[in-house]
Amino acid sequence: MIRVQGLNKWFGDHHVLRDIDLEVAQGEVVVVIGPSGSGKSTLCRCLNRLELAGSGEILIDGVPAPVEGRALARLRADVGMVFQSFNLFQHKSVLDNVMLAPMKVRGVSRTEAEKTARELLARVGIADQAGKMPAQLSGGQQQRAAIARALAMRPKVMLFDEPTSALDPEMVGEVLDVMVQLAADGMTMVVVTHEMGFARRAADRVVFMDDGQIVETAKPNAFFESPTTDRARSFLAKVLTH
Amino acid sequence: MSALLDHLPEFWQGLIVTLQLTAASFAGAAVMGLVVTALRVSPVPVLRGIGTAYVETLQNLPLLVLLVLAVFGLPEIGIKAGLLVTAIVVIALYEGAYIAEALRSGVNAVSAGQGEAARALGLTFGQSLRHVILPQALRTVVQPIGNIFIALTMNTSLAAAIGVVDLTATANRVNLLEAQPIPIFVGAGLAYALIAACAGFVTGRLERRLAVIR
Repeated sequence: MIRVQGLNKWFGDHHVLRDIDLEVAQGEVVVVIGPSGSGKSTLCRCLNRLELAGSGEILIDGVPAPVEGRALARLRADVGMVFQSFNLFQHKSVLDNVMLAPMKVRGVSRTEAEKTARELLARVGIADQAGKMPAQLSGGQQQRAAIARALAMRPKVMLFDEPTSALDPEMVGEVLDVMVQLAADGMTMVVVTHEMGFARRAADRVVFMDDGQIVETAKPNAFFESPTTDRARSFLAKVLTH
Repeated sequence: MSALLDHLPEFWQGLIVTLQLTAASFAGAAVMGLVVTALRVSPVPVLRGIGTAYVETLQNLPLLVLLVLAVFGLPEIGIKAGLLVTAIVVIALYEGAYIAEALRSGVNAVSAGQGEAARALGLTFGQSLRHVILPQALRTVVQPIGNIFIALTMNTSLAAAIGVVDLTATANRVNLLEAQPIPIFVGAGLAYALIAACAGFVTGRLERRLAVIR
C-alpha cells in the first residue's frame, strides 16, 4: 500500500531523515516509535507530502506520490491524516467538519454526506456532539471527531501523527479504543505514537526510529520482549520503567 | 446656519455622490483585497511576487497623485471614463492594497494546522483558502477592515480635487457663494462623521456576531 525508498529529508543543515525504506502492506498496522526528534513525525508527514522529501521515492498504492497541484490533492484525499493538535476547523460545527471534504472533494451530495457523517460520528461515539463547535468538545472528543472527518473520505490509508500526545491522560483511552477498532476492521494504518500499550495491542509491526534512521523493525512481541539493538533497548528501558 | 439650510438640495446631492463613491470603491477594494491576498499566500512564487509588487506600489503612492495621474493619464492611452468612475476605480485599487494587508494578517493569524488539515483532506489550495482559511481570517480582521472603510470614506473627499462633485466639493462650491466656511465645513464634517459612526456600529455588531469560540 505504501512503499518508501531511500527517503532523505533535511531541515537546513539538519539531516532529519536518513535513507528511510519502509513498506506497509494492505491492512497492516505499523506503529512508529522512538525518542523525540528522531524524525518519526516528519516521516509521517512526508507520506502525504505535508513535508516535501529531499530525495527518495514514495509510492502510495503503487503510484508515485505527486509533488504538487491537483494530483497531490487527489492523493491526499485517499490518505487520511490525524494530527496531534486535532486541527478541526474552528468555524464549523463537528458535523460540518466531517461533511466538508466529501462534498467539496468527492462531490457527494449534502444529504449523502450528512448521512455518512452521522454514521461515522456514531461509530466514534460522539453522535450527540454533532451540532457543537469544536471548542465546546473535550480533547478526546475533538480527536475522535478528527478521526471521523478523515474516515469520511473513505481513505485507503490512515496516518496518525501522535494522536494522543495533546490529550489529558483520562482521554487517551477513548481515542485509542477507536483506533484499535479501526485496526480490527482492517484499515491500513501508520501510527506515530508514544503509547507502548497501543503498539503491543494493535500493531502488526513496530518500527523503531532514532536519529532520523529506522533502527529496528519487528513484531510487537519480539520488539518489546527482546529488542535486538542497544538503542532500542535503552529507549525501552526509559519508557517502560514507569 | 442659513448658508447650510439654503443649500440643502446641493448638500444632499453631494452626500449621495460621496455615498456612491464610498460604497462602490469599498466593494471594488474588497474584491481586489481578496484577490491580492490569495496571490500573496499562493504557493507559486511568481504570483506571490505580483501580489507583493501590487501592495508595495499602491501603498507607497499618495492617493491624490494616483487620482490626478489617472484623470490625465488614462485618456492618453485611449481609456475614456467619467470622473466618478475613474475616482471609484482608483480608490478601489488603492484601498484594495490596504484590505489585502489586513486580510493577510488575518490569514497569518489562522494556525498552520488548519491549512494542513484542509490539504490533508484533499482540498486544493483554492478550496482550503475559500472554505477554511479565509472564513476564519475574515472574522479576526473585521475591526481593521472597518477602520479601512472609515479611512476610505474620508479619502473619497480627494475625488473633489479631480472634479467629482461630492460632499467636499459641494461644501467648497457653496462656500464660494456664501463665504461662511465654519458652518458649511462643520456641516460637511458632521455628515462624514455620521457615515464613520455607522461603520463603527456595524463592525462592532459584526465582530460580536462572527466571533469564533476557540
